[in-house]
Amino acid sequence: MRYIRPQSIEDAVGLLAEPDGTAAILAGGSDLLVRMKGGFIEPDLIIDIKAIHGLGEIRETAEGFSIGSAVPCAVLGENAALKKAWPGVVEAARLIGSKQVQGRCTIVGNLCNASPAADSVPAMVAAGAKAVVVGPSGRRTVPVEAVPAGPGKTSLAKGEIIEAILLDKRPPHAGDAYLRFIPRTEMDIAVVSAGVNLTLDEKGTVKTARVALGAAAPTVLLVEEAAEVLVGSKLDEAALERLAKVCSGACRPIDDKRGTVEFRRKVAGVLARRAATTAYKRAGGK
Amino acid sequence: MAGVAVSTTINGDNVEYLCQPDETLLDVLRDRLGLTGAKEGCGTGDCGACSVILDDRLVCSCLVLGAEAEGRNVETIEGMAHGDKLHPLQQKFLEHAALQCGICTPGFLMAAKDLLAKNPDPTEEEIRFGLAGNLCRCTGYDKIVRAVQDAVSEMKAA
Repeated sequence: MRYIRPQSIEDAVGLLAEPDGTAAILAGGSDLLVRMKGGFIEPDLIIDIKAIHGLGEIRETAEGFSIGSAVPCAVLGENAALKKAWPGVVEAARLIGSKQVQGRCTIVGNLCNASPAADSVPAMVAAGAKAVVVGPSGRRTVPVEAVPAGPGKTSLAKGEIIEAILLDKRPPHAGDAYLRFIPRTEMDIAVVSAGVNLTLDEKGTVKTARVALGAAAPTVLLVEEAAEVLVGSKLDEAALERLAKVCSGACRPIDDKRGTVEFRRKVAGVLARRAATTAYKRAGGK
Repeated sequence: MAGVAVSTTINGDNVEYLCQPDETLLDVLRDRLGLTGAKEGCGTGDCGACSVILDDRLVCSCLVLGAEAEGRNVETIEGMAHGDKLHPLQQKFLEHAALQCGICTPGFLMAAKDLLAKNPDPTEEEIRFGLAGNLCRCTGYDKIVRAVQDAVSEMKAA
């Protein structure tokens, strides 16, 4: 086993694309080290990306925000501008693990670990976040929902690495929110979760909506029908009722020790409804 | 297998060591450097017994590689007291009997120190939230929270 700390993203890609052996990317390590310790993986090469210029920064650009793939979740919570623009994404990222884990874990790690229950992922999908992927053949930008391919699997090809997550600049009257159900108050993974992102017109009518569910299927679900239900409404009781029903219907969850199919379906609807209400308030709707 | 050469700062001292690529900072501290204050509870980042401060961030040293400490600043429980003079948090943990078996205590002290460095006057809720990443199976937490509250009062008065 080797440990290498490349100084550039190109060097990281070169190392990842090496034909022999398995390579693992180390950012916060809160998934990687646990999996190594458990004997689930034994990489030949650990590529620590934290010394790569720019990967540890959140940049505010004309288009919005660019969050480097080595930025710990705690830092997201300390960025006032990001928190103001995308409170749902930040609250989701801040739910991951303890304070100790927050100082290390990253949203890109959360995405690439590809757990169906990843907290930051439904919030990013609702936000319409994009991932900047760098590989041997250059850079490409993909929607976040295109990255997870199944539990523990991503659509990234050999040699590819996510450099940053992009979030758009916010128009006026916009808000997002994320909620999850866990049986305790902290330090747990979602039994089921929902992220909602809304933009409103001046009168408080929903102009655009994105609704995403977590731990409700093998990968994060972007529920387009749920968005259609909200657009044109002022989030009245009838719209919320239909949102909950559509979300419950869209779930394809599993039965396990943390929740039954029936429970997850029901709670997905409840959480989508509550997250939508919060997002609406944050967008300035009444 | 050749080791990774690391040069770092631990409790203000320059330290150099060789470690394996997959060796955790916790193992380096305990097994190579003899700093056995940080404890291995779970080894998977759930219990906080191995908490140290890495460049002003509280982390589980079991989830950090020894190699990652290169050029960085590590604070452990061994650096908390000044000679024979205990840190107010340590003193209050003793006075309030905020420990029984003691395995979790170094982690709680580091977490409490980190909390007070960022928020010198926390509410009870903020203390409980700030220490949520540290597990104690003996005390029921109440005495720990009281000890931290008392230390806050004393540190404010000082």
